Amino acid sequence: MSEVKLRAALKDGKCEVKALMTHPMETGRRKDKDGNLVPAHFIQTIELLHNGNLMMEAEWGGAISTNPFFSIALNNVAVGDTIEVRWVDNKGEKSSGTVKVK
Amino acid sequence: MKLQPQRRTFLKGTLAGGAVLAAAGLGLIPSRLALAAWPEAAFHATSLDEALNKVFGSSTLEASDKVVLKAPSIAENGAVVPITVNAEQLPNVESISLFSEKNPTPFVARFNLKPGCVADISTRVKMGESGDVIAVVKADGKLYSARTNVKVTVGGCGG
Repeated sequence: MSEVKLRAALKDGKCEVKALMTHPMETGRRKDKDGNLVPAHFIQTIELLHNGNLMMEAEWGGAISTNPFFSIALNNVAVGDTIEVRWVDNKGEKSSGTVKVK
Repeated sequence: MKLQPQRRTFLKGTLAGGAVLAAAGLGLIPSRLALAAWPEAAFHATSLDEALNKVFGSSTLEASDKVVLKAPSIAENGAVVPITVNAEQLPNVESISLFSEKNPTPFVARFNLKPGCVADISTRVKMGESGDVIAVVKADGKLYSARTNVKVTVGGCGG
Protein backbone atom coordinates (compact mmCIF):
# COMPACT_ATOMS: atom_id res chain seq x y z
CA MET A 1 0.00 0.00 0.00
CA SER A 2 1.33 3.33 -0.91
CA GLU A 3 1.98 6.06 1.56
CA VAL A 4 -0.65 8.47 2.82
CA LYS A 5 -0.33 11.79 1.00
CA LEU A 6 -0.49 14.56 3.54
CA ARG A 7 -0.63 18.32 3.56
CA ALA A 8 -0.49 20.42 6.69
CA ALA A 9 -0.48 24.20 6.41
CA LEU A 10 -1.07 26.97 8.92
CA LYS A 11 -3.92 29.27 8.07
CA ASP A 12 -5.58 31.83 10.36
CA GLY A 13 -3.88 30.30 13.39
CA LYS A 14 -5.10 26.80 12.62
CA CYS A 15 -3.37 23.94 10.92
CA GLU A 16 -5.35 22.52 8.04
CA VAL A 17 -4.57 18.85 7.51
CA LYS A 18 -5.56 17.13 4.29
CA ALA A 19 -4.98 13.42 3.81
CA LEU A 20 -5.34 11.33 0.67
CA MET A 21 -5.00 7.57 0.80
CA THR A 22 -4.76 4.98 -1.95
CA HIS A 23 -7.21 2.19 -1.22
CA PRO A 24 -9.93 0.29 -3.17
CA MET A 25 -12.49 0.67 -0.34
CA GLU A 26 -14.50 -2.36 -1.47
CA THR A 27 -17.76 -2.67 0.45
CA GLY A 28 -18.13 -6.39 -0.19
CA ARG A 29 -21.39 -5.73 -2.09
CA ARG A 30 -19.98 -4.81 -5.49
CA LYS A 31 -19.95 -7.42 -8.25
CA ASP A 32 -17.20 -7.66 -10.83
CA LYS A 33 -17.94 -7.97 -14.55
CA ASP A 34 -18.38 -11.75 -14.20
CA GLY A 35 -21.02 -11.28 -11.54
CA ASN A 36 -18.83 -12.39 -8.64
CA LEU A 37 -18.91 -10.46 -5.40
CA VAL A 38 -15.71 -8.53 -4.77
CA PRO A 39 -14.64 -9.27 -1.18
CA ALA A 40 -14.82 -6.44 1.34
CA HIS A 41 -11.55 -4.54 1.58
CA PHE A 42 -11.68 -1.16 3.26
CA ILE A 43 -9.86 1.01 5.76
CA GLN A 44 -11.36 0.58 9.23
CA THR A 45 -9.35 2.79 11.55
CA ILE A 46 -7.42 5.99 11.01
CA GLU A 47 -5.28 7.91 13.45
CA LEU A 48 -4.04 11.48 13.24
CA LEU A 49 -1.07 12.42 15.39
CA HIS A 50 0.48 15.80 16.13
CA ASN A 51 4.09 15.49 17.33
CA GLY A 52 3.28 11.91 18.28
CA ASN A 53 0.14 12.79 20.28
CA LEU A 54 -3.13 11.24 19.16
CA MET A 55 -5.48 14.04 18.06
CA MET A 56 -8.14 12.15 16.13
CA GLU A 57 -9.03 8.55 15.51
CA ALA A 58 -11.76 7.58 13.12
CA GLU A 59 -13.72 4.42 12.38
CA TRP A 60 -14.72 3.97 8.77
CA GLY A 61 -16.96 1.60 6.88
CA GLY A 62 -16.92 0.69 3.21
CA ALA A 63 -19.05 3.74 2.37
CA ILE A 64 -16.05 6.04 2.41
CA SER A 65 -15.14 6.66 -1.24
CA THR A 66 -12.38 4.78 -3.05
CA ASN A 67 -9.00 6.44 -2.49
CA PRO A 68 -10.25 8.14 0.68
CA PHE A 69 -9.81 11.80 1.46
CA PHE A 70 -10.37 13.65 4.69
CA SER A 71 -9.49 17.01 6.09
CA ILE A 72 -9.53 18.40 9.59
CA ALA A 73 -8.00 21.37 11.37
CA LEU A 74 -5.90 21.50 14.53
CA ASN A 75 -5.19 24.26 17.03
CA ASN A 76 -1.84 24.89 18.73
CA VAL A 77 0.32 23.75 15.83
CA ALA A 78 3.59 25.49 14.91
CA VAL A 79 5.76 25.50 11.80
CA GLY A 80 8.05 22.48 11.85
CA ASP A 81 5.69 20.30 13.91
CA THR A 82 5.09 16.76 12.71
CA ILE A 83 1.71 15.53 11.53
CA GLU A 84 1.21 11.81 10.96
CA VAL A 85 -1.75 9.87 9.60
CA ARG A 86 -1.92 6.09 9.73
CA TRP A 87 -4.57 3.55 8.85
CA VAL A 88 -5.35 -0.15 9.17
CA ASP A 89 -7.82 -1.96 6.91
CA ASN A 90 -10.02 -5.01 7.47
CA LYS A 91 -7.26 -7.30 6.19
CA GLY A 92 -4.74 -5.91 8.64
CA GLU A 93 -2.85 -4.03 5.95
CA LYS A 94 -1.58 -0.67 7.07
CA SER A 95 0.09 2.47 5.84
CA SER A 96 1.01 5.89 7.11
CA GLY A 97 2.34 9.26 6.07
CA THR A 98 4.19 12.02 7.86
CA VAL A 99 4.62 15.68 7.02
CA LYS A 100 6.25 18.74 8.60
CA VAL A 101 3.94 21.71 9.03
CA LYS A 102 4.70 24.63 6.71
CA MET B 1 9.03 -17.61 54.27
CA LYS B 2 6.60 -14.77 54.52
CA LEU B 3 8.19 -13.02 51.56
CA GLN B 4 8.05 -16.07 49.37
CA PRO B 5 4.56 -15.66 47.91
CA GLN B 6 5.24 -12.04 47.09
CA ARG B 7 8.49 -12.93 45.43
CA ARG B 8 6.68 -15.56 43.40
CA THR B 9 4.03 -13.06 42.32
CA PHE B 10 6.74 -10.62 41.41
CA LEU B 11 8.57 -13.21 39.35
CA LYS B 12 5.37 -14.28 37.63
CA GLY B 13 4.64 -10.67 36.83
CA THR B 14 8.03 -10.03 35.29
CA LEU B 15 7.97 -13.27 33.35
CA ALA B 16 4.53 -12.57 31.96
CA GLY B 17 5.53 -9.00 31.15
CA GLY B 18 8.65 -10.27 29.43
CA ALA B 19 6.62 -12.69 27.37
CA VAL B 20 4.28 -9.90 26.27
CA LEU B 21 7.21 -7.70 25.29
CA ALA B 22 8.83 -10.54 23.37
CA ALA B 23 5.56 -11.31 21.60
CA ALA B 24 5.10 -7.66 20.70
CA GLY B 25 8.66 -7.55 19.40
CA LEU B 26 7.99 -10.53 17.19
CA GLY B 27 4.93 -8.87 15.79
CA LEU B 28 2.58 -11.39 17.38
CA ILE B 29 0.54 -8.66 18.99
CA PRO B 30 -1.15 -6.20 16.68
CA SER B 31 -0.48 -2.53 17.21
CA ARG B 32 -2.81 -0.34 19.23
CA LEU B 33 -4.36 0.74 15.95
CA ALA B 34 -5.38 -2.76 15.00
CA LEU B 35 -6.69 -3.39 18.51
CA ALA B 36 -8.92 -0.31 18.49
CA ALA B 37 -12.48 -1.48 18.80
CA TRP B 38 -14.05 -1.11 15.38
CA PRO B 39 -17.82 -1.00 15.96
CA GLU B 40 -18.74 -3.92 13.71
CA ALA B 41 -22.40 -4.19 14.77
CA ALA B 42 -22.98 -0.51 13.97
CA PHE B 43 -21.42 -0.82 10.53
CA HIS B 44 -23.53 -3.91 9.78
CA ALA B 45 -26.83 -2.29 10.86
CA THR B 46 -29.21 -2.16 7.89
CA SER B 47 -31.48 0.70 8.93
CA LEU B 48 -30.75 4.22 10.11
CA ASP B 49 -32.49 3.70 13.47
CA GLU B 50 -30.63 0.47 14.11
CA ALA B 51 -27.32 2.10 13.18
CA LEU B 52 -27.99 5.09 15.45
CA ASN B 53 -28.93 2.76 18.29
CA LYS B 54 -25.76 0.72 17.83
CA VAL B 55 -23.55 3.81 17.73
CA PHE B 56 -25.22 6.00 20.36
CA GLY B 57 -27.62 3.76 22.24
CA SER B 58 -30.47 5.97 21.01
CA SER B 59 -32.09 6.83 17.72
CA THR B 60 -33.59 10.11 18.95
CA LEU B 61 -31.79 13.00 17.34
CA GLU B 62 -32.05 16.65 18.25
CA ALA B 63 -31.61 18.85 15.22
CA SER B 64 -29.27 21.75 15.87
CA ASP B 65 -28.33 24.70 13.70
CA LYS B 66 -24.92 24.56 15.38
CA VAL B 67 -24.15 21.52 13.26
CA VAL B 68 -23.41 22.83 9.80
CA LEU B 69 -23.60 20.01 7.28
CA LYS B 70 -22.60 20.68 3.70
CA ALA B 71 -23.31 18.25 0.89
CA PRO B 72 -24.27 18.78 -2.75
CA SER B 73 -28.03 18.85 -3.37
CA ILE B 74 -27.39 16.90 -6.56
CA ALA B 75 -24.52 14.42 -6.79
CA GLU B 76 -23.76 13.34 -10.33
CA ASN B 77 -21.59 10.53 -9.02
CA GLY B 78 -22.82 8.68 -5.95
CA ALA B 79 -19.39 7.08 -5.57
CA VAL B 80 -17.83 10.38 -4.55
CA VAL B 81 -20.10 12.70 -2.57
CA PRO B 82 -18.16 15.41 -0.73
CA ILE B 83 -19.41 16.04 2.82
CA THR B 84 -18.31 18.71 5.27
CA VAL B 85 -19.41 18.97 8.89
CA ASN B 86 -18.61 22.00 11.00
CA ALA B 87 -19.58 22.05 14.68
CA GLU B 88 -17.20 24.74 15.90
CA GLN B 89 -20.09 26.51 17.63
CA LEU B 90 -20.51 23.57 20.01
CA PRO B 91 -18.16 23.29 23.00
CA ASN B 92 -16.21 20.10 23.72
CA VAL B 93 -16.98 18.16 20.56
CA GLU B 94 -16.11 14.50 21.16
CA SER B 95 -17.10 12.94 17.87
CA ILE B 96 -18.62 13.59 14.46
CA SER B 97 -20.49 10.71 12.84
CA LEU B 98 -21.90 10.39 9.34
CA PHE B 99 -24.84 8.36 8.13
CA SER B 100 -26.40 7.88 4.70
CA GLU B 101 -30.03 6.95 5.25
CA LYS B 102 -30.57 4.94 2.06
CA ASN B 103 -27.29 3.05 1.99
CA PRO B 104 -27.62 -0.73 2.57
CA THR B 105 -25.68 -0.09 5.79
CA PRO B 106 -26.31 3.55 6.77
CA PHE B 107 -23.41 4.08 9.21
CA VAL B 108 -20.59 5.63 7.20
CA ALA B 109 -17.95 6.84 9.64
CA ARG B 110 -17.18 8.30 13.02
CA PHE B 111 -14.38 10.77 13.72
CA ASN B 112 -13.37 10.90 17.40
CA LEU B 113 -11.75 14.22 18.23
CA LYS B 114 -9.37 15.05 21.06
CA PRO B 115 -9.18 18.56 22.54
CA GLY B 116 -7.07 20.60 20.13
CA CYS B 117 -9.01 19.51 17.08
CA VAL B 118 -11.20 22.01 15.31
CA ALA B 119 -14.63 20.40 14.87
CA ASP B 120 -14.54 20.85 11.13
CA ILE B 121 -14.07 17.75 8.99
CA SER B 122 -14.50 16.90 5.34
CA THR B 123 -14.51 13.60 3.53
CA ARG B 124 -16.01 11.87 0.50
CA VAL B 125 -18.63 9.16 0.82
CA LYS B 126 -20.52 6.69 -1.36
CA MET B 127 -24.29 6.92 -1.70
CA GLY B 128 -26.23 4.07 -3.25
CA GLU B 129 -29.24 6.23 -4.08
CA SER B 130 -30.85 9.59 -3.33
CA GLY B 131 -31.55 10.13 0.33
CA ASP B 132 -30.65 12.03 3.46
CA VAL B 133 -27.14 12.44 4.78
CA ILE B 134 -27.12 12.81 8.56
CA ALA B 135 -24.34 14.25 10.67
CA VAL B 136 -24.44 13.55 14.40
CA VAL B 137 -22.15 15.50 16.69
CA LYS B 138 -21.50 14.40 20.25
CA ALA B 139 -20.53 17.38 22.39
CA ASP B 140 -20.41 17.48 26.19
CA GLY B 141 -22.09 14.07 26.16
CA LYS B 142 -25.11 15.31 24.16
CA LEU B 143 -26.09 14.52 20.59
CA TYR B 144 -26.78 17.21 18.01
CA SER B 145 -27.64 16.52 14.40
CA ALA B 146 -28.20 17.97 10.98
CA ARG B 147 -29.51 16.33 7.84
CA THR B 148 -29.68 17.24 4.20
CA ASN B 149 -31.04 15.55 1.12
CA VAL B 150 -28.73 14.52 -1.71
CA LYS B 151 -30.10 13.52 -5.09
CA VAL B 152 -27.86 10.90 -6.65
CA THR B 153 -28.04 10.53 -10.40
CA VAL B 154 -25.60 7.57 -10.64
CA GLY B 155 -25.43 5.24 -7.64
CA GLY B 156 -22.10 4.70 -5.97
CA CYS B 157 -22.28 1.23 -4.54
CA GLY B 158 -21.80 -0.74 -7.73
CA GLY B 159 -23.72 -3.87 -8.66
